Amino acid sequence: MARRRSERWAPLAFIAPAVVTLLAVGLYPLILAVITSFRQYLVTKPRAPREFVGFDNYATVLTDPTFWESLGRTFQFLLIVLPIELALGLGIALLLHKPGLGLLRTLTRVSLVIPLATTFAVVGLIGRLIFNREFGVINWFLSLAGLPPVEWLGQPGTAFASVAVMDIWQWTPFVALVLLAGLTMVPPEIEEAARLETKSPWKILRHIQLPYLLPGITAVLILRTADILKLFDLIFVMTRGGPGSATELISVYIQRIGFRVFDQGIASAQAILLLILTIILSRLYIRLVYREVEA
Amino acid sequence: MNRRLPGRIVHAALLLLVLAVAVFPFYWMVLTSIKTTAETFAYPPSFIPAEATLQHYRVALAEKGVGPSLVNSLIVALATTFFAILLGAPAAYGIARYEFRGKRDLWFWFISNRMISPICVALPFFLIARSLRMLDTYTVLVLLYLTFTLPIVVWICADQFRSIPKELDEAARLDGLSRFQIFTRIALPLALPGIAVSAIFSFIFSWNELLYALIMTRSKTRTAPVAATSFMSGYELPWGEIMATGTLIVLPVILFALLVSRHLVRGLTMGAVK
Repeated sequence: MARRRSERWAPLAFIAPAVVTLLAVGLYPLILAVITSFRQYLVTKPRAPREFVGFDNYATVLTDPTFWESLGRTFQFLLIVLPIELALGLGIALLLHKPGLGLLRTLTRVSLVIPLATTFAVVGLIGRLIFNREFGVINWFLSLAGLPPVEWLGQPGTAFASVAVMDIWQWTPFVALVLLAGLTMVPPEIEEAARLETKSPWKILRHIQLPYLLPGITAVLILRTADILKLFDLIFVMTRGGPGSATELISVYIQRIGFRVFDQGIASAQAILLLILTIILSRLYIRLVYREVEA
Repeated sequence: MNRRLPGRIVHAALLLLVLAVAVFPFYWMVLTSIKTTAETFAYPPSFIPAEATLQHYRVALAEKGVGPSLVNSLIVALATTFFAILLGAPAAYGIARYEFRGKRDLWFWFISNRMISPICVALPFFLIARSLRMLDTYTVLVLLYLTFTLPIVVWICADQFRSIPKELDEAARLDGLSRFQIFTRIALPLALPGIAVSAIFSFIFSWNELLYALIMTRSKTRTAPVAATSFMSGYELPWGEIMATGTLIVLPVILFALLVSRHLVRGLTMGAVK
């Protein structure tokens, strides 16, 4: 009896400290954000009564075209960046998987760690430097191809593209490494047998390797979706969401409303809506990827 | 045996291209940090500095307060990593070893914390910290950083604990070890690789964080990424100092990451391929 009781409480002793901490620093603020989202809360007017306004903030946000625009821009960014990262990542993974050139392959694989370990904010700083109109090295590369210089960060379309390029630079290595890990899971006997059957790398990819890549691809899709909903550092440093609001993705927009416009009520309502969206998407993620892992 | 030569050349060329693109922005940052200001603005740009200088580092460290901010970053990242492991490793063990009701939901909750946009937490946390007069303290940053480091530690360590055979636990119990002793003497040493990997991730993510630090810190606990972005105002940007600061932030992490790249890659891809 005593044994059974201790069996029941044992996990609690191990898990409780982490759970309590995460409740305090993760969940409690979110509850507070829900409460704030039902109030009028202007940081600039500390003495004003924080009136309860019901769903007014939500109504304001949901009818605010800028909110929808920044959300739309976020998904536009996702739909541009993600396929490119997947395609390039798969290409690099196949290059690294292909036999031969041992030293060069190892060197290249190790070099992929560099973009991943670079501070996001510093990636933004580098972006501002290389995309500079006057002395940026990107324009110099263009001039080698006989193209005129471009005011990259000064126009909406090209600024969007510049931010996308830096994101692709930083995250394609992640995709490549995940897919490479998938490729190495293919039993070598099966791969060799298939290579005797066909010379077409496409057929091998499609019929032999793809099943092993699918879990990785799913994980990349959803992790990158969450990352782009979170994307702040890179954009804040590189463009501050500008020019105009051309690169203002959702997290940058909420930060501006909360800490540059100082309307915490509205910003909290926006944050809660983003949170709901994230929860729906991550539920989907757990369903797809952790189906078989019963924790 | 004799692979076709053109195929090999294409393979090598493509690998070199990937290598070059991966390294170039980093190289350019370091290069700009040691170029003279005149050379930075020169056209066409130089790929090897005509004259190397440490002037920008001197200015950034001595005059722009980058030195203290690096120390702040180090303190916050180390403290965060310590607490994330202290709290996260036992939790991961509990989840990996025991069956209990609501485990699936708990696991989901832990993981989903990794998905939440920091801005959702930053807004209310700012109000709490302000009313408790805790803005611009290490404590508030460490607490905030636990929101994303704890889930990573639990995620990676739980996987590591699951790979340790349960029979070891049972044998230890027969030897009369208590549950806690089994954890500290048997499971923990065997899970050391996983704990090391999750510690590396906790450190790097905390070291690199910008948004929370931007909102919560002022002059006293300002971290290095915030310091780096603080140069970005005014018309003429001091690119040499900016890139010197960037190099000071990134170089130690990259050197370390390259050193442990095997483990790092394992940790990164683990959640994704299983």
